[in-house]
Amino acid sequence: MNLGLGGVSAARGHSDEEFFGSAYDQRVILRLTPFIRPHIRMLTVSIVSMLIYTVTLVVVPWIIGHGIDQYIINKNQQALTMLSVVFVVVAVINWITNYIQQYAMQRVGQGVLFGLRKKLFGHVQKQSLSYFDNTEVGRLMSRVQGDVGQLQEFSALVVMSLGELLSLIGIVIALLLMNLKLGLITMVVIPILMVIMISWQKFAKKTFVEVRRRIAIVNASFNENISGVRVVQSFNRQERNMEIFNEKNLSHRWSNIVAGRYAAMLLPAVDILTAVSIVLAIYFGASMVEAGELGIGVLVAFIMYIQRFFDPIRNLTMQYTQLQRSMASGARIFDLLDRTPTLEDNKNAINMPVVKGDVEFKNISFSYVDGEDVLKDINLQISAGETVALVGRTGAGKTSIVSVLARFYGIQPGRGNIYIDGIDTTSVNRESLVHQISMVLQDPYLFSGTVFENIRYNHPNVTDEEIVNAAKAVGADGFITKLSHGYDTYLTERGNNISLGQRQLISFARAIAPNPKILILDEATASIDSQTEVLIQKALKTLLKGRTAIVIAHRLSTIRGADKIVVLEQGRIIESGTHIQLIQQKGLYSDLYDMNYSSIESV
Amino acid sequence: MKEILRIILIAFRHKYKLAIAYITTFIAVAAYVVLPRYFGEAIDEIAKLLEGNQSVSSQSIINIAFVILGLSVIRGVMSFFQTHLAESISQYVSYDLRNEFYDHVQNQSFAFHDQYHTGNLMSRAITDVENIRMFINMGLVRAPYFISLFIIVAYILIASNLILGLVAVAFMPVVAIYTSKIRLRMRALWLIAQEKMSELSIILQENFAGQRVVKAFASESYEESKFQSKNQEVADIYIKAEQLRISSVSFMLFTFMISMAIVLFFGGQLVIAGNDFTAGDLAEFIFYLQILAMPIRMAGWIVNSYARAASAGERMFEILDIQSEVKETKTPVIPEGNRFKGDIKFKNVSFYFDKNNNVLESINLHVEAGSVIAILGPPGSGKTMLANLLSRFYDPTDGEIQIDDVNIKDYSLKMLRQNIGMVQQDVFLFTTTLKENIAYGFEEATSNEIKNAAMISQMDGFIESLEGGYDTFVGERGSTLSGGQRQRMSIARAVLMDPPILVLDDSTSSVDANTEDKIKTQMNAVMQNRTTFVIANRLSTIHNADHIIVLDNGSIIEQGTHKELLNLKGAYRQIYDLQLRPQDQSAENETRVKSS
Repeated sequence: MNLGLGGVSAARGHSDEEFFGSAYDQRVILRLTPFIRPHIRMLTVSIVSMLIYTVTLVVVPWIIGHGIDQYIINKNQQALTMLSVVFVVVAVINWITNYIQQYAMQRVGQGVLFGLRKKLFGHVQKQSLSYFDNTEVGRLMSRVQGDVGQLQEFSALVVMSLGELLSLIGIVIALLLMNLKLGLITMVVIPILMVIMISWQKFAKKTFVEVRRRIAIVNASFNENISGVRVVQSFNRQERNMEIFNEKNLSHRWSNIVAGRYAAMLLPAVDILTAVSIVLAIYFGASMVEAGELGIGVLVAFIMYIQRFFDPIRNLTMQYTQLQRSMASGARIFDLLDRTPTLEDNKNAINMPVVKGDVEFKNISFSYVDGEDVLKDINLQISAGETVALVGRTGAGKTSIVSVLARFYGIQPGRGNIYIDGIDTTSVNRESLVHQISMVLQDPYLFSGTVFENIRYNHPNVTDEEIVNAAKAVGADGFITKLSHGYDTYLTERGNNISLGQRQLISFARAIAPNPKILILDEATASIDSQTEVLIQKALKTLLKGRTAIVIAHRLSTIRGADKIVVLEQGRIIESGTHIQLIQQKGLYSDLYDMNYSSIESV
Repeated sequence: MKEILRIILIAFRHKYKLAIAYITTFIAVAAYVVLPRYFGEAIDEIAKLLEGNQSVSSQSIINIAFVILGLSVIRGVMSFFQTHLAESISQYVSYDLRNEFYDHVQNQSFAFHDQYHTGNLMSRAITDVENIRMFINMGLVRAPYFISLFIIVAYILIASNLILGLVAVAFMPVVAIYTSKIRLRMRALWLIAQEKMSELSIILQENFAGQRVVKAFASESYEESKFQSKNQEVADIYIKAEQLRISSVSFMLFTFMISMAIVLFFGGQLVIAGNDFTAGDLAEFIFYLQILAMPIRMAGWIVNSYARAASAGERMFEILDIQSEVKETKTPVIPEGNRFKGDIKFKNVSFYFDKNNNVLESINLHVEAGSVIAILGPPGSGKTMLANLLSRFYDPTDGEIQIDDVNIKDYSLKMLRQNIGMVQQDVFLFTTTLKENIAYGFEEATSNEIKNAAMISQMDGFIESLEGGYDTFVGERGSTLSGGQRQRMSIARAVLMDPPILVLDDSTSSVDANTEDKIKTQMNAVMQNRTTFVIANRLSTIHNADHIIVLDNGSIIEQGTHKELLNLKGAYRQIYDLQLRPQDQSAENETRVKSS
């Protein structure tokens, strides 16, 4: 079967869809405890009122039974009035405790979810880029939002289920207290029910797992094809994509219906067992009443209790899907939380002092995939204030060098060191270091927000004036002021409402604004027209002064003025020197250089 | 209410299932409501035993027992069908909705996608669809069950004893009024909650998609604080909405218990007074009332599901009701052999998002079939928009575009777009194999054709060097490929398409000079006999064009051939000089080296 685009990767390999969870997974509950702990007082309030609430519920049939036997049959008017008043008081207590137990419990639930979301988000932030390279955004979204949302439903369910469990216990106690013999007789159906539940669960489990897996595929497909809608439309893929989507959606529907059928199958069993139990109570109760061992009121109470007895199970079948979904979600969340953050700082990491700008790579090797080194034994020394250009063919390892420097990926132990101002970068806290480095990336990703917010990004102390200056320095001020609201213009998703070149200029300004000591330009001018580029080049001469700069560009014109040019080929440094030295060497650099200009010469 | 009606209409597409669901519901209710009568009868029989009435045999009790069992079997089997059908109808509806939503969204113009964030759309497709589904299940199918249970029980109670019956059901109107009042407030709260949730998902999505920037700026804690404040808002609004639900649920249970107490009191009086209202009658009465406990408890859930569905429906239909600005013609013109010749005219074309800010202004342009036109201009000058208008990703605000002397609005969108090959600036690759990415939109392409396209775009060598070759998976958005490689993938796609009109939007900006040169040589062959739009920043890529236009601020400021434009000594000349300068400087440097 062709699963089509998008969902393929969700269907293959990715083990995180394999979590199915049972309706009750102790590990998940245990793992939740640290998130519950801060709300322990609310929880106590909830549980105490829940206990009182349960008593008020369980006592009702008893009151009725007692009333019938003692006062109604014995025609005791006054006592009946008293009992009714007690009943009303019980109802009021029930109201209050019901409200308190649910309210407190949902406060706890929301608190837990809040904490969980926070923890999860923070945890994901600590993953290295390789995690993001290999994980679809849709998948992460469904983890942090979808799965936590499932727990949301769960918290509401817990209130209900816990309450029902308590009343179940209460009822058992009440039955046995009221009449031990009849109580035991009516409860003979319980073992039968247990057997049915256990064997049912085995079958049901599989189908529910399937449901979860298939919805993940549907969502991944939706996310990808809508993000890529511009390509979809230009290649007329809507019909085909619709077919593929429909296929996934259909298979999800099918598995859901199957799962639903399993859930519904318990209902007749429960209904029939309830009846059997009531019939037993009536039959044996009758002879006990005759023998004078039992009051009629007690028998009435018995029937009421038995009817209620099965309510929790009835509800469970209705909520089973949800319960299991929540457990599976919980398991997935904790699986993610268990992933060791690849970018976590050393335990005794210090804060990076103010950077001067000396950078040294010592024997750095690096691979994204084990065994396929993209950087091999890189040694490179850059003095503060120098501009170094990285040159090489596509895939030579230029971007990898800066990615390692900016700690997008952790340096693998024993695979070399990077020193900044003589300090081993693994010994400092990543944030304090990278905060002092600025980058202009190939893909000028912007966030939805105003131009101001985008340029100020992560540097709240940068003033509006500094922002305008940065924009002026890179030649972005001109078009920004022409936007409908100038610097306060709201940029939509990824900055889609301005052109790619304009996005690049803003990302340039964003890098300059905080006045960094180390500046990395990764293909920063690829999508900018030559006029603007020349402006930027000019501006760069002043901008790069007093900063260490690492520049990557395919256009050699951009990098000729560098203090040092490093030529990479297949992950190794093969040449390095100034422009003039390298031209004289007649190596790869001079080849690339000729190539670059031959096209212009022909103009 | 309007939203709920529309949701119900969708459910009515499955009217046979719905009908069966209601029939089984009715039978289940019928079996359920006669049960207490037999409980009561049993109690009466037993009471007679107690009075020493020997006419009662244990046989009559056994008979009652069998009736109870039989009714329960009927009830159980019917509830199985009812529950199963409720679930299945709700699944059908959510399936329909998801399909419609997806199809609607994927056919919207770019203007729509500029406005609606993918995260926002995702949250509608996930949460709102689910909320509507729950309503179908809980509200549409089960609510009638509970309501009919209510009404029948009320009738039975009143019929068996008018006064006591009226007293017992007195709480019902209270519940009804209270419920409808709370419903409105709840709905408003859920609307806010869903809005907040989708804001949260936008923050999430941008953060995940923009991780490279987040990492580059070490802005994790900044991002966390951004996330946190929204997270707090979400938690607060949920607490509020839940609080409302809880207060209504606990109040309903309270009224129910009070009425139980009243029944015990007055019913007890009646039994004591001995007006042929027996203890068994009272018990029966209480058993009936007990039946209502479940609907009472579920009422809160139903109201909740109703409120959630109404707000979810509002969000869903908001999108489904948006008509794409780009509309299909009803009577499309079909070109000969389904292929354009490629003669393109822009007639007085203007485009703007808002009136004060023209993106393109009065563009007049004639591109002859088979010629190459180059478009040059600073970022934001409208180059890409020109190409977007040609493919009708947007429609011009004014003027018209003709291909082969027919207004492009008179072709079907499919016809138009299959004749225009686009290499877009922002390359989007799908999470699938390299092969399928190149053959995107052309499932019938052979391996040879795909390989050939990859060779022209200089991708073949790289692909063949991979272990999986053409079957290698690319990560999301092609993140495992470099920028240049992604661009070449997108060129390969367009080459494979073999269109009469080709648009190259800054298609080699991230490719190194070496590769660019190779692509250019190959592309020259590909561009033969095609009308080609080249949008580029570098002269080297465009100076061979038959016609060059220079855009600034949405207007054409210069046009002509390379030579003509050089002689104009205007903007083009300036760019030309700028791009050559490094060359001169380097010559200068080299002479300096030699002399030293």
